[in-house]
Amino acid sequence: MDNQLTGAEIVFKALSEHGVEYIFGYPGGAVLPLYDQISKQKKIKHILVRHEQGAGHAAEGYARSSGKTGIALVTSGPGATNMVTALTDALMDSIPLVCITGQVPTHLIGTDAFQECDTTGITRPCTKHNWLVKDINQLAETIHKAFHVANSGRPGPVLVDIPKDVQFKKGIYKTSKEVVVETYKPKVKAELTDIEKAVELIVKSKKPIIYSGGGVINAGTKAADALTEFTRITNFPITSTLQGLGAFPGSDPQFVGMLGMHGTYEANNAMHECDLMINIGARFDDRITGRVDAFSPDSKKIHIDIDPSSINKIVKVDVAIVGDCLSVLSDMLTTLKHKHSDFCNSNKENISGWWKQINKWRERKCLSYKQDDKLIMPQYAVERLYEITKGQDAYITTEVGQHQMWAAQFYKFDKPNRWMTSGGLGTMGFGLPAAIGTQVANPGKLVVDIAGEASILMNIQEMSTAVQYKLPVKIFILNNQWMGMVRQWQELLHGKNYSESYTEALPDFVKLAEAYGAVGLRATNPKELDEKIKEMVKIDRPVIFDCRVKKDENCFPMIPSGKAHNEMILGPEDDEGITEEGKVLV
Amino acid sequence: MSKSAYEIDSQVDKIERYVIVAWVDNEAGVLARLSGLFSGRGYNIESLAVAQVDEVRKISRITIATNGTEGVIKQIQAQVLKLVPVHKVNIYPINKKTIFRELALVKFLGEKETLSKAEKLCVDNNFEFLDKTSKSFIVQALGLRTEIDEFIKKIKVLGEVSISRTGALAMNKGAETVKDNKGKVL
Repeated sequence: MDNQLTGAEIVFKALSEHGVEYIFGYPGGAVLPLYDQISKQKKIKHILVRHEQGAGHAAEGYARSSGKTGIALVTSGPGATNMVTALTDALMDSIPLVCITGQVPTHLIGTDAFQECDTTGITRPCTKHNWLVKDINQLAETIHKAFHVANSGRPGPVLVDIPKDVQFKKGIYKTSKEVVVETYKPKVKAELTDIEKAVELIVKSKKPIIYSGGGVINAGTKAADALTEFTRITNFPITSTLQGLGAFPGSDPQFVGMLGMHGTYEANNAMHECDLMINIGARFDDRITGRVDAFSPDSKKIHIDIDPSSINKIVKVDVAIVGDCLSVLSDMLTTLKHKHSDFCNSNKENISGWWKQINKWRERKCLSYKQDDKLIMPQYAVERLYEITKGQDAYITTEVGQHQMWAAQFYKFDKPNRWMTSGGLGTMGFGLPAAIGTQVANPGKLVVDIAGEASILMNIQEMSTAVQYKLPVKIFILNNQWMGMVRQWQELLHGKNYSESYTEALPDFVKLAEAYGAVGLRATNPKELDEKIKEMVKIDRPVIFDCRVKKDENCFPMIPSGKAHNEMILGPEDDEGITEEGKVLV
Repeated sequence: MSKSAYEIDSQVDKIERYVIVAWVDNEAGVLARLSGLFSGRGYNIESLAVAQVDEVRKISRITIATNGTEGVIKQIQAQVLKLVPVHKVNIYPINKKTIFRELALVKFLGEKETLSKAEKLCVDNNFEFLDKTSKSFIVQALGLRTEIDEFIKKIKVLGEVSISRTGALAMNKGAETVKDNKGKVL
């Protein structure tokens, strides 16, 4: 019996086998044997969060910024239910997470025991897969399978629920090599015939656009390199989704900006007018397409996605390529170079008219805003933050709302994995824990959470985590005292009835920072902004920066709901009446 | 008229009835995963039949009758195939290449005269009697869904009935089979 291990030992041995270095978690009754084990081993470090949701988002930030798997460990009942938002967030944005939850002992399951909940039942629709492990001899195998599922195909969260008695029991350890996964085998390599069809369309196109997404980031830095090479060889204009920012350098002239609801005028018009759309690792989300029946009406569409269920889900495409972005881009490059070696030279000529058109759209300068010499414009704040930090290879996280869109518009990302934001689920409270996870994964780097004053209060307790582990994250709050995006929609869609969107009784963020043992800074006018930002960057401790911005600024440009890409509002002077049908949309 | 992003254009296609068959690992929660996927994404389940079909490999065959456009059915297939315990998913359109069977147990209650009328209806349909008393009988109705529907409609007119029905089963005709990733017949 000497070669047998306890359940808790098996868990940590399995995690080590998968190269896990950090766990984000919070203890409780049903995970105490696992916490006992944490202190008995040295390979894996535990980061104690202050709320289980924080553990989930921190694991997401860790995963997104490092390309590794994020690990969260929480107890049964409320520990598990508090994790639901983070799991759903990771599912929507395709982030690989392994969440381990404690469960009441097997003999108490189903008795409404203290801190019991049907964890696998509750998390079934918000994970790729989950397991309840009742047999100690299945534990190692299950954890190996969990890593396989989280990281294969389209990445996502998985959950392993372990009853307390199983954590104590002794059983046999199996290595990951001994485990065979029978069913879940996503396709990575695409059919060559599909690649060839795509290349034929590419060489013929006169008005092409590359529309890249988070799939490129998930496929790794080599995929981002391949995307960059592909874009340079073809000389095609490229736009990106919110999740895809950084895969292609944002400061490059071939990049026409983000597309979609708050994307640039040139990106959305290019999407609408193009004759060929090359979707690489994006999913035609409703924030991207606007009105579907008016979406890019005259284009041929190529869709590259590792998830077959993304194909033809929202938009019907002409060439569907199921595979990993890196594999597909490499194959496309090989075919292009092999069969059309003269293409890169001839192509500049071929699409010069298209670039002329795009540059005309660019001249509208859709991101311009009216500068103010007394008040800090929120856009200006992000612009200055970018200018001051751009040489530092900074990592940016965000909360959700106007500040998030301004960050996406004005902060330019030149590398993948530098931008962590909640896109699909739109989770307020994501940014601070995500910044903590990002800082854990990237010690010594500058990590800034561009936040709003409403969002930050949703997980503000994680300040304690940042202070405890000396994680010098910077929280840059664009404080307009409104739930800005709610206020904007109420202005545009609900006749300026600002119902419950103004925040009375906000805390003094400088004092709040100090109360947590962090540093508080405040800027109230544009003249002091640069100096204060530089001060923030220099401080090697967590900082809350209360940046007081103009209160009623709206986020433009904007495709109003129910409208098409070529029906953007560029500023407050545009009045593009929103239809009754549009008002129903989110 | 403008359309929202949620009304996908495939909805202008014809809605038809399909039978979807999934071969899954027979493990706890697998049916909840599948039925949860249907309810969560707003797909309809008309009938459902589940049972283990391979004791050694512990594989169950789940047969779901549903309706939708071709695009929606393809989307369902892709979504179901993403579930980890699913080995294979096949779609059976309602046509002559496929055998469909449903089963119903019908208990009929009545006096002598109505009983004999009802019994004749069963005999005409070649249905098998499983139980008979002076006041009732139980008959096993086997056939296509439309045939059973028709039979139930007729027998209900004659007296009181209690009905238990299975979901549809489907299998393609001829020597053609569905195989798993290792080439084994499912």
